[in-house]
Amino acid sequence: MSQGLEHSLTSWSGQALKHQVSWIDNLDARVRVVCSALFALVVVSSQQFSAALLGLLLAFMLVKASKLNIKRTLRRVVAMDLFMLTLICVLPFTTPGEPMFTVFGLGASWLGLSHALLITVKANAVLLVLFSLVATMSASTLGHALAHLKVPDKLVHLMLFMVRYLDVISTEYKKMRRAMQARAFVMGTNRHTWKSIGYLFGMLLIRSVERAERINDAMKCRGFCGRFYLNDEMKIGRLDIIFTSFFLCFLILLIGLNFL
Amino acid sequence: MTYSNKPLIKIDNLNYAYPRRGAVLKDINFELHAGDRVVINGDNGAGKTTLLHLIVGLKKAKKGDILGFGECCTTEKQFNKLRAKVGLLFQDPDDQLFCPTVLEDVMFGPLNLGFNKQQAIKMSIETLKSLGMQGFESRITHQLSGGEKRMITLASVLVMAPEVLILDEPTNALDEKAKLRLLHVLQALPQAMVIISHDKAFAKQLATRECELKEGCLTERLIEAVAVA
Repeated sequence: MSQGLEHSLTSWSGQALKHQVSWIDNLDARVRVVCSALFALVVVSSQQFSAALLGLLLAFMLVKASKLNIKRTLRRVVAMDLFMLTLICVLPFTTPGEPMFTVFGLGASWLGLSHALLITVKANAVLLVLFSLVATMSASTLGHALAHLKVPDKLVHLMLFMVRYLDVISTEYKKMRRAMQARAFVMGTNRHTWKSIGYLFGMLLIRSVERAERINDAMKCRGFCGRFYLNDEMKIGRLDIIFTSFFLCFLILLIGLNFL
Repeated sequence: MTYSNKPLIKIDNLNYAYPRRGAVLKDINFELHAGDRVVINGDNGAGKTTLLHLIVGLKKAKKGDILGFGECCTTEKQFNKLRAKVGLLFQDPDDQLFCPTVLEDVMFGPLNLGFNKQQAIKMSIETLKSLGMQGFESRITHQLSGGEKRMITLASVLVMAPEVLILDEPTNALDEKAKLRLLHVLQALPQAMVIISHDKAFAKQLATRECELKEGCLTERLIEAVAVA
């Protein structure tokens, strides 16, 4: 029986970032969500390089502790850093200050570069902490944690339903796509392709709406009247308290570094 | 089953029409008594599913009354009460299973009926056991096979202890083995049933009454009495 309850928290393994079991998994989901939110807040509002770099260091430590699959994590980080690269290229030119060099009469400022680098460090730190603390839990756990943190019911339902039906809808998409291929449809850049793909997405939308209506009907048939019952209890253990106190001390240190 | 003259569900002059399709159901009259297992036949698009949805109030009738257990149902609140006693099994199991795990899904009904969590878990596990689905509690719903999904949806309806079961093409996309299993389970249930099925052999083995829905009219068809054990 208890196995069933526990399972609802560890299921949806497909949704969580692949990783080996670590002590981070034993932390209460709420603690993980709140800690990462606070961390993001503190790091993003830091003005000093030292604070941001220290944050990044902690992020690396957490990634190590949560035993993330390095290859997969790296791939995700690179996706964001590519975006950051454009920032590094653009920001020096748009920020006024002491020029570093000039291209076609446009001056690149040192200040702009340091701004861009600071933003990059912050972004990476927050992302890595999110990966190690939040992405290592399954989507339904996250949903339950948010519900326990008094996030509005509607948002939590939205998320839980999305997780459940993403698979169903993507299957539907694949089914239609295969049906198109079976009738010798090849994508090209022509009117026919645009029209067909338009139909495909239109149909997907209609089917999703219809399915949503049917699900609503099915829930009504079982006496649903707007309230969801969460099937789990979350307990704060000793590990949670230790982790939270260390984490909070660290955050205070970060805040302090900004005022040095 | 004790026979009583009072019908569980009574439909009086029911009319329904879709906006651009004209009348689908015209003056339907129908009674369901305890112990009845009624199979409704009809072509695709004849309005069978519509009729079932009207009975539990998922669609609102244009004209006519639905009496559930002697009470006329018109408002959502009245239908809500009716739905607790009339379990509807949907055509597509994926519409019904929306929780991550089987146990959570089966528990959903009892929790809505006001049972507490411990009771709901106990009831769910008992129901799963009675359907031979013990050990499925912690399975993930979208990873089940078609036959398993069907049994779980049945459990999620039965756990609410309905007096009437309404089955919308229960054998849809089931293989022979799963079909046979479902048939045995349904035959053993005491509830009155309304069944839509295109599977003639399956319907024949269950039915005590047979109706035909054609051009919006529901007519009773007499069938030779089957030896009732």
